[in-house]
Amino acid sequence: MNVSGADEMEKVVATPEIMLKKFDAARFLLISVSVVFLVVMLALPLFTVIFVSFRQGWHVYKNAVTDFYTLKALQLTVISTVAAVAANTFFGVFAAWLITKFSFRGKKILVTAIDIPFAISPVIAGLIFIFMFGRIGWAYPLLSKFNIDIVFAVPGIVMAVIFVTIPFVARELIPVLNSQGKDEEEAAALMGASGFTIFRRITLPNIKWALMYGVILCTARAMGEFGAVSVLSGHLRGKTNTLPLHVEILYNEYKYTESFAVSSILVLLAIVILIARNVVEHKGRKGNEA
Amino acid sequence: MKIGIRRFAMRSRKVPHVIPGFSLSMGITITFLSLMVLIPLASVVLSASELGFSGLVKAVTGRRVLAGLRISFLCALTAALINAFFGVILAWTLVRYKFPFKRLLDGLIELPFALPTAVAGISLTAIYSSKGAIGAFFERMGFKIAYTSTGIVVALVFITIPFVVRTIQPVLEKLDPQFEEAAVMLGAGRATIFFRIIFPEILPALLAGFGLAFARALGEYGSVVFIAGNAPFKTEIAPLLIMAKLQQFDYNGATAIALVMLAASFAILLAINSTLIYFGKFVKD
Amino acid sequence: MRGINKSFGNFKASNDTNLCVEKGRLVGLLGPSGSGKTTILRIIAGLEIPDSGDIMINGKRVNDMNAGSRGIGFVFQNYALFRYMSVFENVAFGLRVKKESEAAIKKRVSELMSLVGLDGFEKRFPSQLSGGQRQRVAFARAIAPNPQILLLDEPFAAIDAKVRQELRKWLRNTIGVLGITSVFVTHDQDEAVEVADEIVVINAGHVEQKGSPVDIYKHPATPFVARFIGHSDAMENAASFKGFEAARDFAEAIVRPEFVRVEKRGLLEDYVASAEEGVVEDISFRGDNMEIKVRVSRVLLTANYSLEKPGLSVGEKVSVLIRRIYVFDGDRTEILENENLRENTVFI
Repeated sequence: MNVSGADEMEKVVATPEIMLKKFDAARFLLISVSVVFLVVMLALPLFTVIFVSFRQGWHVYKNAVTDFYTLKALQLTVISTVAAVAANTFFGVFAAWLITKFSFRGKKILVTAIDIPFAISPVIAGLIFIFMFGRIGWAYPLLSKFNIDIVFAVPGIVMAVIFVTIPFVARELIPVLNSQGKDEEEAAALMGASGFTIFRRITLPNIKWALMYGVILCTARAMGEFGAVSVLSGHLRGKTNTLPLHVEILYNEYKYTESFAVSSILVLLAIVILIARNVVEHKGRKGNEA
Repeated sequence: MKIGIRRFAMRSRKVPHVIPGFSLSMGITITFLSLMVLIPLASVVLSASELGFSGLVKAVTGRRVLAGLRISFLCALTAALINAFFGVILAWTLVRYKFPFKRLLDGLIELPFALPTAVAGISLTAIYSSKGAIGAFFERMGFKIAYTSTGIVVALVFITIPFVVRTIQPVLEKLDPQFEEAAVMLGAGRATIFFRIIFPEILPALLAGFGLAFARALGEYGSVVFIAGNAPFKTEIAPLLIMAKLQQFDYNGATAIALVMLAASFAILLAINSTLIYFGKFVKD
Repeated sequence: MRGINKSFGNFKASNDTNLCVEKGRLVGLLGPSGSGKTTILRIIAGLEIPDSGDIMINGKRVNDMNAGSRGIGFVFQNYALFRYMSVFENVAFGLRVKKESEAAIKKRVSELMSLVGLDGFEKRFPSQLSGGQRQRVAFARAIAPNPQILLLDEPFAAIDAKVRQELRKWLRNTIGVLGITSVFVTHDQDEAVEVADEIVVINAGHVEQKGSPVDIYKHPATPFVARFIGHSDAMENAASFKGFEAARDFAEAIVRPEFVRVEKRGLLEDYVASAEEGVVEDISFRGDNMEIKVRVSRVLLTANYSLEKPGLSVGEKVSVLIRRIYVFDGDRTEILENENLRENTVFI
């Protein structure tokens, strides 16, 4: 009897048995096309970076990676990534809580507003901050009075990175919170629990995997952001250079090997992120099934 | 008694939120969004309004700008179409078939999200330039890939691979096999089943994924600048033009192009949402 | 004439099942969930492949025949209506696959729409229909290509109780009019009894009993059928009850509520020789009668009690008369009447 129960579960995901033929030309063709496409389009670029960065030997690689400006760029990348993840996790949790737990007018507009950074070009993301804080921006006189530099300085880079990653955490949390409903939170509220207690004890355990997933995506995008940062950075080596910008500078100076070597740091981080993403997704699915 | 009930009802309407934290989360969300998104965006629109309509039109109708916009749109559209085609195949293969290294390849799909675009740009350039493995091969056959619009499309395809695959995959996974079985019972062959039963089911996701890919490709900068060669009128994309105008302190020119691209982005967002609403009519139970 | 005859050795959900359906009959496969009845239906349809055994339709082996060419109509549990097609296109689908002419399709669909009473609904989409309407569209779609056999998987499971009653009658009549050989699966005995000409009780992948609804109810062939059909209570030590001495030859015994009569003490004096004494343990209201749980020595029995009769209370001592029990020993099943009653009483 159990066997038949398992059979019914299988039904939901598997191809109907009748659709599976013993040998099947279409299936063979589709798998081949998929594998070739993924290997050429995704795996090959990844290996190329590693291959080129070691082309001139370990010594050149080591020098490029441990170069003073590379380390400075790494430092700025880490700072801006941490800032973006912190700011957007904070924002994302509150925004998702607001959107899923309460009903109010203008909710749809709010949801769309959160998605804006997703839809616009990173170059435009950089540009809007120039128009606000740059020499022609309306906030410039105010800032210069207090001697604050935003454009072509670290704060501008951090703001650009925060801007482009705004949707990531919120977008991961909203569907999970929506599907969970608000019965549990309401029950807790009726028993007199405070907002913070409700969040920590009831909501957080339900969304922890989605939250981690959002944080991972946010980290990936923040660390690799190029267009917006490029507009706002001014490319001052050792000051306003992030790793991706450093890659560009080296590349434009025809230091290809060095440029690929610095890229390999980012490739390594990307692989770590991909693995983390898969682990979190796997655990999240398991958690949902239980 | 009657009055009491009525009062109670009125009061209960005044306290709409059982769960605490409404004002706090509303305050934080609105403040953050205003500071980071709405006010900066408004600044651009404000400076564009100073420019005036005729100024705007003049700035975008320059030959070089028009060429840049055309290249951006065409390349983004081509890349999104290519990914719509391969995205369906990839999603289908990954959901329906078992084959070696499937999990590894499935995990690799998100690489374009994880890999910084600049790295993707230089790596793709190395592969597709006349010195690279694939580039050399095509060059011998008379095709140049890097430093042509084909190169731009290659970079944009790379960047937007995940969108279509990842929107279709969950739909295929959840698709009730009863639909296919019902069609089989009615005598339908595999092609009929795919095009008349499965394709309509994944079409909303496909259109949404296509729209997201198109929007992303339209604005992409980092990966394209390396492989494009950036020759005016040929391989110079609109975001690069914005960049160039900013570096020449031609703020009006930059604003004008930015506004056109913003309008395009919002139109795509709107189109995606209306598509989903339209198809939503069929799925409600 | 033979409809289907098939057997499978060792299939996960069907264990050496043998089943044959006569042409023109409406057969219900009845069994608890997980008994493999749906699997049997899907094997007949060709949606699943048996590990061994033959499926014959009209004397022809169809095992290697494609599901679509077996000439079978299938109504799915959730109907599986194609939601991006209108009602018309749904019903027409099987005809279009057969490349029928547009005029023939139009004619057949409108014929079917009036048969299922949905004239004028052709342009609607499945999401705009009620559950009962969807079921009828699914039915029309299944019979559109004129199948020789119609299979229905839990056809009423997704419909609310009131509409279900109507639909059952409708389905029975329509299938009767069409005269199409039909097999449906259900876990609901009321449904099987009401709709089917013939019931096949399935358990753990094999056929327990096959027969008319009355037959199955009155003469259960196996312990499983006796327990599965109707409500039943196990009777320990049945031979110690008055009038059932013959039960000592059997390992198990069960009794059904309709064969247990409970009365206030003293009201059953005519049957002193056969009545037992019991204590009321629980009383629950069942709408048109009371359900009484009464303990006689160590055995807890269930009985129905009319609302018209004098009220009982929990803990009250009552007289209990058992008229009939079912006894089993291995695969042997028998019905025992209360011996002390046989001579002098007629029951209602």
